[in-house]
Amino acid sequence: MITVTELTKKYARHTAVDHISFEVHKGEIVGFLGPNGAGKTTTMRMLTCFLPPTSGAAQVAGFDVLEQPLEVKKRIGYLPETPPLYPEMRTQEYLAFVGKLKGLSGAELRKRVDYVCERCAVADVKEKLLGKLSRGYRQRVGLAQAIIHNPDVLILDEPTAGLDPKQINETRDLIKGLAGDHTIILSTHILPEVEQTCQQVIIINKGKLVATDSVSNLQNRARGAESLLLEIAGRNSELDPAAAKERLERISGVSRVTFKGKRQNRTVFEIESRKDGFVRGDLARAIVESGWDLNELRPTAVSLEEIFLQLTGDKTLPPMEEAVGASR
Amino acid sequence: MRNVWIICRKELGSYFVSPIAYLLLTMFAVVFGFFFWNALGYFVFMGMSSQMRGNIFPMNVNEQLIRPLLSNISVIGLFLIPMITMRLFAEEKRTGTIELLTTSPVRDVEVILGKWLAAVLLYACILLLTALNFAFLFKYGNPDWKPLAIGYLGLLLQAGALLAIGTFISTLTKNQIIAAAATFGVCLLLWVLEWVSGYETATWARVLSYMSVITHFESFSKGLLVSKDAVYYVTLIFLGLFLTARSIESLRWRS
Repeated sequence: MITVTELTKKYARHTAVDHISFEVHKGEIVGFLGPNGAGKTTTMRMLTCFLPPTSGAAQVAGFDVLEQPLEVKKRIGYLPETPPLYPEMRTQEYLAFVGKLKGLSGAELRKRVDYVCERCAVADVKEKLLGKLSRGYRQRVGLAQAIIHNPDVLILDEPTAGLDPKQINETRDLIKGLAGDHTIILSTHILPEVEQTCQQVIIINKGKLVATDSVSNLQNRARGAESLLLEIAGRNSELDPAAAKERLERISGVSRVTFKGKRQNRTVFEIESRKDGFVRGDLARAIVESGWDLNELRPTAVSLEEIFLQLTGDKTLPPMEEAVGASR
Repeated sequence: MRNVWIICRKELGSYFVSPIAYLLLTMFAVVFGFFFWNALGYFVFMGMSSQMRGNIFPMNVNEQLIRPLLSNISVIGLFLIPMITMRLFAEEKRTGTIELLTTSPVRDVEVILGKWLAAVLLYACILLLTALNFAFLFKYGNPDWKPLAIGYLGLLLQAGALLAIGTFISTLTKNQIIAAAATFGVCLLLWVLEWVSGYETATWARVLSYMSVITHFESFSKGLLVSKDAVYYVTLIFLGLFLTARSIESLRWRS
């Protein structure tokens, strides 16, 4: 449905998007993940023909964004970061206007307006001025606007930004409900959102593609490593965190030790280790042998958060080609 | 063409939902009402005094009343035009709704034409108000309607040209005030360029004077349809809309 090859966007001084390639299949919900300023919005704008790419190509539903922009635009529904609403228009009037812009007319237009009002739960504000709507309603009208012409592809730029938790859940459910009929790309910097709504993740950072994979694969990949929280204390003498860190790092299977803090006598570390049965036992033995007290040792929950930090941070990474290959 | 009309209808709706259309209509009706009353009073006074002095001076409603009033309308229009065009693109850029237009299956030129057409139609509504005043002249006098019609055509063409320039300037900024101020400056300059012809006859002065919108209104206000003047306005309209299209396109490459 969407094919992106070596897509690049350069500005005068920096490269916003740097040779990104990915593919999205029909009916998938794909999460476009990255920290702020990673190039998510720029990529989406290139897919919607708002920005022309500097080099590379993108095809939506078989049409090239540079060569046949009108055909692409007919098949795309786009919700920018701030919903593009005219404050002086009323909800119904606005949706009818957008519908007409997208080529609908007559009875079909009226039917679609009624349908999207129901679907996005904005039927009760049909006659209200858009400028007077609350944030949640504005976002939903924005979504309604994006699906008015029943597009093949939906592109949503941070659809839950600025909503309260209840609204966030409603919006997520709405998006999930839309998945069957539409191929959806949604961008976000909120990780649980991806875990909850998407099947595929595309992670980008500083304009570069870091990983594309299914959510479950990424989670499994992270579970290969384990993250432990360790709290120790010196029994007789004050414990030196630096020395303790060094001792812990010597244990085989431990890949990283981070000093998290010290409360009175108790010192907390976060430990990343290979996931095999022995690391925790070895840790406990080493601590006791060094004459320290072991107060706490527990695995912390693995979330996309860690994968994300692993992938976008400066930690050493497993080779990415592997991950990309696994998704095909 | 359908898309042009969709955009135009929406823009007209925006004008008439917000107070701006009513403000402009009211301001214009009041100001032009005064001009009209004043000019009519002077005309009647001149007629009476020429009669009293005994020498029957030929009085002509078209020449001595309608013609200066048409020029007055175009001057008042100069002040209204920046207020009509300032929001066209600046507002869309500020609120981000421009993204909706540029990601919808419509061509840039359709958006631009739609918006410009809406501005011209609003100006036409304003002109319609003056028809009320002129209707009184037809009731109590016997003016010729043809020069008046040509005068209206000239006003529309002139406004069309200045509105096209205003539309272009509106694409350059997100700030409506800046758009309005810059448009006013450019319109005013295009207006006063004509003044150099008063004391200088060199080529540069003739060129400057030719560039002025007022030079080309002269014939229309007399009731003459001169093709070079019509061509000047149409060219200016095309230039303004062409620059708008370029500016919208460059917006994509820059933003």
